[in-house]
Amino acid sequence: MLNTVVPIAFVMIALAMILSLYRMVIGPDMTDRVLALDTLYINTIALLVLIGIYMNNSAYFESALLIAIMGFVGTVALSKYMLRGNIIE
Amino acid sequence: MSIWVEYLISFLILVGAGFTLLGSIGLARLPDFFMRVHGPTKTTTLGVGAMVMASAIYFSVTGDGISLHEIVATVFLFITAPVSAHLLTKAALHIASRVSK
Amino acid sequence: MSRLLPHPALSVAIFLVWIALNNASSTGHFILAFILAIGLPVLTQRFWPERPEKVKLLPAIRLFGIVLWDILLASIGVAKLVLGPLGKVKPAFVEVPLDMQDPFVGTLLASIVSLTPGTVSIDIDRSRWVLQVHALNVDDAETLIKSIKTRYEKPLKEIFSC
Repeated sequence: MLNTVVPIAFVMIALAMILSLYRMVIGPDMTDRVLALDTLYINTIALLVLIGIYMNNSAYFESALLIAIMGFVGTVALSKYMLRGNIIE
Repeated sequence: MSIWVEYLISFLILVGAGFTLLGSIGLARLPDFFMRVHGPTKTTTLGVGAMVMASAIYFSVTGDGISLHEIVATVFLFITAPVSAHLLTKAALHIASRVSK
Repeated sequence: MSRLLPHPALSVAIFLVWIALNNASSTGHFILAFILAIGLPVLTQRFWPERPEKVKLLPAIRLFGIVLWDILLASIGVAKLVLGPLGKVKPAFVEVPLDMQDPFVGTLLASIVSLTPGTVSIDIDRSRWVLQVHALNVDDAETLIKSIKTRYEKPLKEIFSC
């Protein structure tokens, strides 16, 4: 059962990542790109968790946790830059 | 691992992957920024939450002892998703008001 | 008591997170979690803003359940909308006047609003205490405001008694 479900889920998450990447490439605005990057981070967490189940190795989860934290900090920093960079300008 | 636990894990994985995909479809398809925010904040977060829960059950059943650190990740995701959405919409409003001036 | 444990809730949270991160694996981690739970709030207490003191537990658990259920409904709602035709969708900005003036509770309300059906919070105007909300599909702004106020704001006011 799991042997069939996990590859299907891999395909679905890969599609999700392609769609996020598409939004990141076409924009049109800077906020759209940052939002797409944030979504890409969250998709990566899902992918890593799934790889952990696939490989039967819980060590992948630690990296997923790190990406979650770094992704959040990155999004907050970029949003702050967009808010403040314009003020300085 | 009993067959019912496997069914439960499979169901959670499929639901998680499905919601993750739907969130990204929303991100790619919806016409303006403020509508696009809705996809990732709600749908993708729930999708990853379901996926992480599947992982928690899987490693609790197969590994030695219960696996709790997945719950921390889920809580973290549910706390941070609205915060980043809030900051991004604020930045978008700021930029939009600057352009219209 | 108050000098040793300036933030009891924070201490409990640190303890639980440390235990969960290490999968409750050994006695050593319990001791380490205990030391961190006592030490970290004392070392960082200057950075923490003032918090409402009394928290009613029972309404908090009920609100938690409501919010979890609404997150599920919200995701299904967004999913339907994303897959359907986009022509009929009517997005709008709505301003929800708030009855309380507490930054912490306001933040909590804004986060809950972001995770629940059809709405994302954008800003809290601190001068007028108005929560700006972007709604995905509004038929009637008044019902939306009323539902946010009765469903989330009233329980929050009850929990923190403000």
